[in-house]
Parts: sequence; structure tokens; C-alpha cells
Amino acid sequence: MRAEAKLGLALLLTPLLMWLSLLIFIPHVDVFLVSLRERVGVGQYQISFANYLTFFQEPLYLWTFLRTAVMSSLATLMTLIIAFPVSYYIAKMIKGRAQSALFLLCLVPFWVSELVRTFGWMILLRETGVISNVLQYLGLVDGPVEMLYNDGAIMIGLVYTSMLFMVVPLVTTLESLPDEVIEAGYDLGGNGVSVLREIIIPHAMPGIVSGCIVVFMLSLGNYLTPTMLGGKESLWFTELIYSQFIVRFNWELGAAFGFMLLILSSAIVWGMLKLTGQSLEKTMG
Amino acid sequence: MTADLECIDLEKRFGDTVAVDRVSFSVPQGSFFSILGPSGCGKTTIMRMIAGFLDPSDGDILIKGKSVLDVAPNKRPVNMVFQHLALFPMMNIADNIGYGLRRTGMGKADINRKVDEALDRIGLPGIGQRKVDELSGGQKQRVAIARCMVLEPDVLLLDEPLGALDLKLRERMKVELKALQSAFDTTFVYITHDQSEALVMSDNIAVMNEGRFEQVGTARDLYYRPDTAFVAGFVGDSNRWRGRVTKLDGQDLELLSDTGMPLRGAIQGRTLNVGDMADVFVRPEAIKIAHVKGELSQFDNQLSGTVTSLLFNGAASRVIIASDTGHGEVEVNLPQSGEFADLVKGSEVHIGWGSDQGNCFAAEAS
Amino acid sequence: MIPSIPQPRFLTAAYTAYVTLFFVFLALPLVVVAVFAFNDSQFPSLPWEGFTWNWFFGSERPMIGVFHERGILGAIGTSVLVAVVVSAMSVFVGMTNAFLFNRYKFRGQSVLYVFMLLPLVIPGIVLGISILVFSSRVANGLWDGFEIDVEALRPGLWLVILGQFSFITTIATLVIGARLQKFDRTLEEAALNLGAGKLTAIRTVTLPYLAPAMIGAFVVAFLMSFENFNTTLMLVGSDAPLTIAMFDRLKEGSTPLLNAVSLLLMIGSSCLALVMIAFQRKS
Repeated sequence: MRAEAKLGLALLLTPLLMWLSLLIFIPHVDVFLVSLRERVGVGQYQISFANYLTFFQEPLYLWTFLRTAVMSSLATLMTLIIAFPVSYYIAKMIKGRAQSALFLLCLVPFWVSELVRTFGWMILLRETGVISNVLQYLGLVDGPVEMLYNDGAIMIGLVYTSMLFMVVPLVTTLESLPDEVIEAGYDLGGNGVSVLREIIIPHAMPGIVSGCIVVFMLSLGNYLTPTMLGGKESLWFTELIYSQFIVRFNWELGAAFGFMLLILSSAIVWGMLKLTGQSLEKTMG
Repeated sequence: MTADLECIDLEKRFGDTVAVDRVSFSVPQGSFFSILGPSGCGKTTIMRMIAGFLDPSDGDILIKGKSVLDVAPNKRPVNMVFQHLALFPMMNIADNIGYGLRRTGMGKADINRKVDEALDRIGLPGIGQRKVDELSGGQKQRVAIARCMVLEPDVLLLDEPLGALDLKLRERMKVELKALQSAFDTTFVYITHDQSEALVMSDNIAVMNEGRFEQVGTARDLYYRPDTAFVAGFVGDSNRWRGRVTKLDGQDLELLSDTGMPLRGAIQGRTLNVGDMADVFVRPEAIKIAHVKGELSQFDNQLSGTVTSLLFNGAASRVIIASDTGHGEVEVNLPQSGEFADLVKGSEVHIGWGSDQGNCFAAEAS
Repeated sequence: MIPSIPQPRFLTAAYTAYVTLFFVFLALPLVVVAVFAFNDSQFPSLPWEGFTWNWFFGSERPMIGVFHERGILGAIGTSVLVAVVVSAMSVFVGMTNAFLFNRYKFRGQSVLYVFMLLPLVIPGIVLGISILVFSSRVANGLWDGFEIDVEALRPGLWLVILGQFSFITTIATLVIGARLQKFDRTLEEAALNLGAGKLTAIRTVTLPYLAPAMIGAFVVAFLMSFENFNTTLMLVGSDAPLTIAMFDRLKEGSTPLLNAVSLLLMIGSSCLALVMIAFQRKS
């Protein structure tokens, strides 16, 4: 390599390495180290797995952890099921101006803050909210109904808030499937179901996987939606991390929680990639 | 015997534009039928109507004598080789070929056997486990045909499938396609804008322009006996002059071109009157070239001129000759005998052709 | 199915109905937020008490509008400041990254690329706590060792900026990298051939080509920073950006003031997005 090229490489590598090491790699190692600390006296620490033991021994922690994982998976699945027909409609059923307009419409809600979106659902779902009033007006219920502060509300919020991250990769991959290939599927005797199963879904797999990964990640790490729509009893794992760090100032336990969350999300992302034979570069890049 | 495919007064309108204008034709069993026309002439529309991806506005499509208008594309006994082949990239070759068979509910063992047979037939045994993108262009072509042929369709539609191949391969595939067609003994309907593909492979060719069939016939018919000016101009190369008819004598006619050159041609049964504007088409290979004027005495069109360009192209080499009287340029094929190998720019030559080689058509107002 | 495959009419109708319903679902929360910004009441809920502009321009209690509410205005300023710094930083690093991965081949490149993508699959709150933990360790170390107090390493705007930068950079890299990938290298060679130096060629040919992607990346980064919540929550100090400020108020109970702020946010980000789209369509 010539000297000039070497210099260029070094100059370009520096910001990347600084970013990744100082803001990503070392801090995460540090969190891991802190999570291994056990406080034995004032300002005195020793290395132990005590924090992780606490996590596994306290049913509330473990239960919240599992519940968060299961509900995030469920939210991901629901988002996929709701988004797929819509993405397909945008990608394959319409063309030209209508297509870009509809696609743009899908993106609009996500230009505004998640807080605003969640706030909107609060106005809709609460006891004095719009839906409750409409139901009363229609005579379907006798008194006000509280639809906020339950798992259903959390689910709606999660699905709504992650919709974009499912629709965009799905539309992109589905659009790249030539009409000709779908027609060939029919021409050779296939019907809607078999074409969907053997041609469309396999083709859309990279989009499905990347959509699912992002939606799962966002749900798992979401704090706002479960807190606001689920109320005090929402039991979301990020709330435990927040309260250990900010409210109780028990960083050691909080770090252990954070690390468990990281392990869970990495494991599920890795599992999803392995299961479908995709790679992170292909699905994210 | 009923034809494999018959279209009756087929018509397709998109809003105000008529893409296909009352087209009728029939394709006998086992023949190779081509629709040749410039892009946008409506040939793809016809093909998509036959395959079932478009509903005709009017008319009927019969396959083996039965109307298929109410039959969904996945139930029609026609299969299609798509322009970009549309092989399923998410499946290997064997699954691609077996796709249609799986749809019929055939057992696994039978499917495997049929797929292997098909691979043998297209001369690619043992590639079943390969991926689509591991195949060369020509191999993909053959797989796309095999994928349809295992279903034993009554008619196979081919939508310019050679367009994406490079020139050499395209030449080879022309021969191969024709051979495959006779091996499978299936009716092929082939659409293309490339005349040499159509001329080489087809038993019958329809030349299409602006939604209508201009002429249906064998390659020979189209080339030597074009029915319309469009066909004469579209199929093969021609020298073309426009002029006013000055004399009519049975099938022969005389005309004075716009550039002032007197020409003799034949009307081949078409009606033209003295004073009409007409186009004359003369093929470059129909024109004889000579060093001495006397050799051309049997031709009633004669001209002397100088060579302005030599277009060397092997067996298809030509010269362009400017007439001495300043009436324009004529493109002439060079005979392969070698007696004109010494022609250079500026050489004086004489050319001539018989009036029966000059196809005359009433000029369309333009 | 695609339009060229004939389908039963009721199926097509049902499909269209479903898609319509989906868009209603998308629009509903935003519409109610916007509508209740004009409710002449203390609560953003029914009954409708009449139309008012007070939640925007009101200056007297109990209806102080957005434009007279110092807390909110200050938080908007903080958010803009943070977003601009974060966007500028991530577009710069995103650009160097894009060139690095596009123009150089070196050992460990693919590993580094995967590493570069990782911030996308780390939960935001974990990013937040890791930066919080590490920065306070460094700050404590500096204090214990040298008695230097580095304010920037304590929870506050600098940490918020670093936290958001840590994952928004990945997005910027992907956006700019995607366009650089499409760049025809022979254009640069043509510039060299016509007498430009290497850096001049990049400055006069490549960078103008990348400009739409850089602006796009900047806008996306700006919006992501502006609406980020999870990472910011863990790193925020005394002066909170808008999302955190609104969250704190919402916990205490909501008034149509928040609807008014939200509506302004919607309008603002829509304008920004439209400007970006218009710009990209032009190029």
C-alpha cells in the first residue's frame, strides 16, 4: 500500500474506532464489570455474581424479564401480520404516484415523537377518552370504560409505534420482486396461497427478518409506551433498569439488569438470523 | 383438425387507445408462430391476453377449440417463458422445474423423475441442485422452457426471451429453440421485435404494427412478397424511393422519383393509378453490379455511378453507389465471387435490376 | 395477487377496506392530538368545550399557550441545540465511515462493519446506561487522580449528545454509504484524467454527488435526535430536551398545552421531511 493510501486509511479509521471503542465497546464492558461488583461496605466492593443471583432469585425480576420478552415477541408478530398485507398493497398492487403517496402516508406518523403518538393513544383509550365516549354515545356500553393501563393498551402502543420499521423493509423487498415472477407462479398453475408461500414470502424474507429484528429491539427496549399506556403495574423490564439507576441508585443491580437485556436481545437477534439463514450485514446494511 | 390456438377479432383498448385492433389468427398444432413488430405495437398485449393476465375488450381466444376467456391464468393450458425468464431465485433448478408439477398434486417420486427427464431433454442433466444465479444465460433459457414443458401445455408462449442474451449466444439459441420446439412437438407462439429471430425460427410469422396484423405468412412470403409498405420496410433491408406513377402497363409500372430518377417496378396485384404517389422497395441483393454496362442489358432499371462507401461486413458486404445523374444513392450487395474485391471509393460501376424486384405500394400520406 | 391476476371482486374490495382501515389506525392518534389542541378546556378529552387558540397564544392562567410557556420554549431550544450538534457529528463520522468501507479493503473490515451495525441492535436504554456508567467512572477517576472535575462527563447535555450520537452515526453511515455505493467511480477517474488532484476530484465530483444523501442523513439524524427518548432519559441532567420535559409534565397530568406542542412538532417535522423529499426529488 502506498504511503498516501495508508494515511487516508488511518485518517478514516480514527473516527470509526474512537466512536466504536469509546462509546460502544468500552462502556459495555464497563457495564459488565460494574454488574459484577458487590457492595460489601461503604465504598468497598468485591467481584461476585451476587447481582445476577438477585436477578434469578427474585421472582418479580425474572417474571418481568420473561414477560417483557414474550410480549415483545407477540408485538413483533402482530406488527408483521398487520404490516405485511399493507406493505404488499403498497409495493405490488398500486403504481406510480399513488404508490409513493401511500408510502409517504405510512411514514408521516413517525416523523413526530413517540411521545406524541403515545399521548394520542392515551387520549383515545382513557376512561374519559374518545373511544369510551363514542361507545357510550352508540349505546354499546352503559358507563365510561377504562381501556388504558392494561396489556392490551401496551400492545396497541407497541405495534403502532414500531409499524414504520416493519413497513419500510417489507415494501423495499417486496418492490424488488418483479411482477413477472409472480405471474410465472400463476402461469405454472399456482394459486394465491402457493404463490404467497413459495415465492412471495421466501423473497421477502430479508425484509421480514430485518423488520422483525428492529421491531423486537424497539419493543424490548421501550420505556415510554409501557409506562404511559400500561400504568404503574405494567412491569416492563426497562422500568426496572430505570428505577435501579435513577430512583434507587443501585447501579450494580441496574447494570446486571441492563446486561441481561443486552444478552436477551442479542440472543434473539442472533437466533432469528440463524433460523432464517440471513446475516446482519444483509438485513441491516 | 382444430388449431391449437385461435384468436378471433381480438381487441384490447386502454381508455381511448386501441392497443390491439381486431386481430384474428390461428396456429396449427405443433407449429412455430411468431408475432414480429416494433416495440409498442401491441404484441405483448396479445400475449398477455392469451396467458390470461389481461382481459380482452372484445373477441375470443380459443385453445384446442375451446374458449378460455373464463379460465384463470393458473388454469389455462398455456405456459409462458417470460421476457426476463422469471426463474424463481428462491428455489434451486429442480424446484423451479418441479414447481408446476407440485401444483398439480403429483407425488414426489414422479416429480423427481419428470424433472430429471426434463433436464436430460434440455441437455443439462444433473444440475438440479444448483441455484438459479449459478447458471449461464443460455442455461437459464433452457431451464425456463423446461419448467413450462414438464406441464405439457397446449401452447407455449415466449415473450422475447432472447433479448437479454449477447449476440453470439442469441444466434446459437435461435437454432436451439427451433430444435427444442420440434423435439417437444408443441405449439410455440413467439413474440419479438428482432426480425432475424422470427425469420430463422418460425413456420409462420405475423407482422404487427399499431395494433393490427399487417401480414401473416412464411418468412419467404414476408421477405419476397410483402403485402404492405410497412412489411417491406420492416422485414429485411431495402432501398426505398418515393415518387409519382407516370405509366401503368399491366403489373408493371413506371414512376419518377422525387429526386428525378425514372424507375420501373411491379404492383403485384395491388391497385395504383397514374398520378398516385407510390413507394418502391428494392432489396440490395436484388441489384446486380457490373463493370461493363453491357452485362446488365436484361434489366429494365439501369444506372451508372461511383462508389461512395464500402461497407465491409464479410458475406453481407455492401457498397453505396451515387448515381452519375445526381438522383441519389443506392445500396447494393457485393457478390461473393471476388470479382469486385478491387472496388475502391470512386470506382465507376454500373448497376441494374428487374422491374419485378421493385415492390410498389401506394404511399401513405405522411 | 397483483392487478394482472384476476381476483374475485369481494376479495379485492376486502383488501382495499383493510388497507383503508390501516391508514385510519395510523391517523387516529395524531388526529385526536391535533384536534384537542383547540379544545377550550383544561383537559384534552371530551366533552368538546368550544374552539380556542389559547393553548397556543394564551398568556393568562389557567390557559398559558405554548408561545408564553418558558419551560416548553426552553426545552425546544435545548432539543434543537442537541439535535444540530448530534446531526453534524454523525453526518461527519458517517461520511468518513462510508468512504472507509467503500474505498478501502483491509483486514478485519467485515468484522468492523458488523461492529458498526451493532448500535442498531442494542436497546437504547442499555446504550444510555453504559455511557452513563463509563463516563462517571472516567469522571471519578479524573477527580480521584487529578482533582479535575469535568462537568461534561456528568449527566447533562454533553452526555445526551454522546449517547444519541453513538447510534445515530450508524444510520448516517448507512444512508451515505448507500449513495456512495451507487457512485460511478469512473467519474472520479475522469476528473483525475482531466487534471484534478485526488482530493480535488473528491471535492468537486464525489461530494456534490453525495450532497443529497448528506442532507438526507442530516434531516433523519435531526428527527431521530429530536424525538429520542430512551437513551436521553438515562443521560439527562438539569436542562431537559423537549421529549423529556413533556414526559415529566404528562406524568403530572395532561393539559391541551401538550396537544398544542405536539401539533407544532407534527407541523415542524412534516415540513422538514417535505423539504428533504423535495430536495431529493430535484437532484
